[in-house]
Amino acid sequence: MKLRQIAHARTGDKGDTSSIAVIAFDPADYGKLAQAVTAARVKSHFGTLVAGEVTRYEVPSLGALNFVMRQALGGGVTRSLSLDTHGKSLSSALLDLDIPDA
Amino acid sequence: MKTVRIGAGAGYSGDRIEPAVELAEKGALDYLVFECLAERTIALAQQARRTNPDAGFDPLLGERLKAVLVPCRRAGTRIVTNMGAANPLRAAQYAAGLARQLGFPGLKVAAVTGDDVLAAIAGSDCRVEESGAPASALGASLISANAYIGAAPIAEALAAGADIVITGRAADPSLFVGPLVHAFGWSFDDWHRLGQATLTGHLLECAGQVTGGYFADPGFKDVAGLARLGFPIGEVSEDGSVVITKVAGSGGEVTPATCKEQILYELHDPARYLTPDVTADFSQVRVTQIGPDRVRVEGASGQERPDRLKVSLGVAEGFTGEGQISYAGPGARARGELALAIVRERLALTGVATSELRFELIGIDSLHGAALSTKCGQEPYEVRVRVAGRTTSRAEAARIGREVETLYTNGPAGGGGVTASVREVLGMLSTYLPREQAAPTVHMLES
Repeated sequence: MKLRQIAHARTGDKGDTSSIAVIAFDPADYGKLAQAVTAARVKSHFGTLVAGEVTRYEVPSLGALNFVMRQALGGGVTRSLSLDTHGKSLSSALLDLDIPDA
Repeated sequence: MKTVRIGAGAGYSGDRIEPAVELAEKGALDYLVFECLAERTIALAQQARRTNPDAGFDPLLGERLKAVLVPCRRAGTRIVTNMGAANPLRAAQYAAGLARQLGFPGLKVAAVTGDDVLAAIAGSDCRVEESGAPASALGASLISANAYIGAAPIAEALAAGADIVITGRAADPSLFVGPLVHAFGWSFDDWHRLGQATLTGHLLECAGQVTGGYFADPGFKDVAGLARLGFPIGEVSEDGSVVITKVAGSGGEVTPATCKEQILYELHDPARYLTPDVTADFSQVRVTQIGPDRVRVEGASGQERPDRLKVSLGVAEGFTGEGQISYAGPGARARGELALAIVRERLALTGVATSELRFELIGIDSLHGAALSTKCGQEPYEVRVRVAGRTTSRAEAARIGREVETLYTNGPAGGGGVTASVREVLGMLSTYLPREQAAPTVHMLES
């Protein structure tokens, strides 16, 4: 199944760093989320789009994970050649991630 | 127990005006805060001020104040905003003049200055975070340097009786922390409460982003009434906890999910959110729905504030040129790909000097590149070609759009709707400055 079935997400940006908060709709799914969505999975999902490292922060009280991705915005919002200079649409790309059904 | 009601009237410079009017009229607010200053906006404002010493503050300041001043005065609501941008003093003079015109003589308008630290940074050996090089290496390309100042001068202005407080580059949450510290008489080393107040500021600073804006995803997250989205109110208690709500009958929704998205928005380490006021800790925050469109948020904390202030640097970094053209119907994608190949060859053939180029099809692969975009196999009905490049001169940037435009008569069949543009690139970098080197000052004016 897709990550979108159990979680919602929002992207933020600071300079050339993108951060994506992934939040379980049902706090009971937090464990499943934490198991399936590792920093390594996120890094490989985005491939060449994210040149730098991906760090994962856990926020169990909100049933959420926060991913901080360096060198992810083509030099940052003010100089990127991308249509989406903020990388706002990256959260939607992450929700397309395949996760185990169980 | 005392409760302070603080509302967010704007989440960015161009934000809707009516939600602030609704808040001013029906929110029973103590404070109405307008956050209107993105990083890049202040660098642009500095450029505007350089050509006209009276310019450099937010062009919508007048329109926003005209819309809310009457209901704010009626309700006793004080206004705090960073719409001063690069020229808080002129903005305050303008606001005072406007207040007089609107029939409010004797209104106190405070300007907070001191965030402009260009003189201290230019030519200094302050290390630029992104490059590791000293600021002096930026030379004449350095256009602006603004330190993120904190809540203290805002609280000071309110204590001196200001009805309107206008700042330049203040940290966004500090616009909310200032009024809360003033209203409750908290101390500026009460890290726990400052952490809580910073959470309240962070929840409110993007206005509609916590009331259901930037949230809807039909079938998964449905939100009613987005065309009439209401902006948020924080009901803050003396212990620092907050209930997020909005005016009854306005569009959107306040739920645990909308609050969670905003709590984590633009955060890096949730246990260490750095502001000029405090090192805030949001890692133990809890949210509880306590009524319709009412969510209690609690559990934030904080530790001692950082020694140094973050400084945002505006740097002239050349130009970008761009051109677009559309193709539709059978074979649209193949003609779009042919168009891209032609422009790619033409830019090389005619020797357009670029340091970076992008060739993409909007509707196919423009946002996330080929790897993520290949999953949808269906042939699109239409595509839009986009070519963008980075150059050192405006003239060179214009050549990129022209090579797309020539596709009209020289390219594949049926291309239409060309647009071409050139944009000056203002890069944003950052550095840090010892706190003592940025001295915020409050100037009090009267209408």
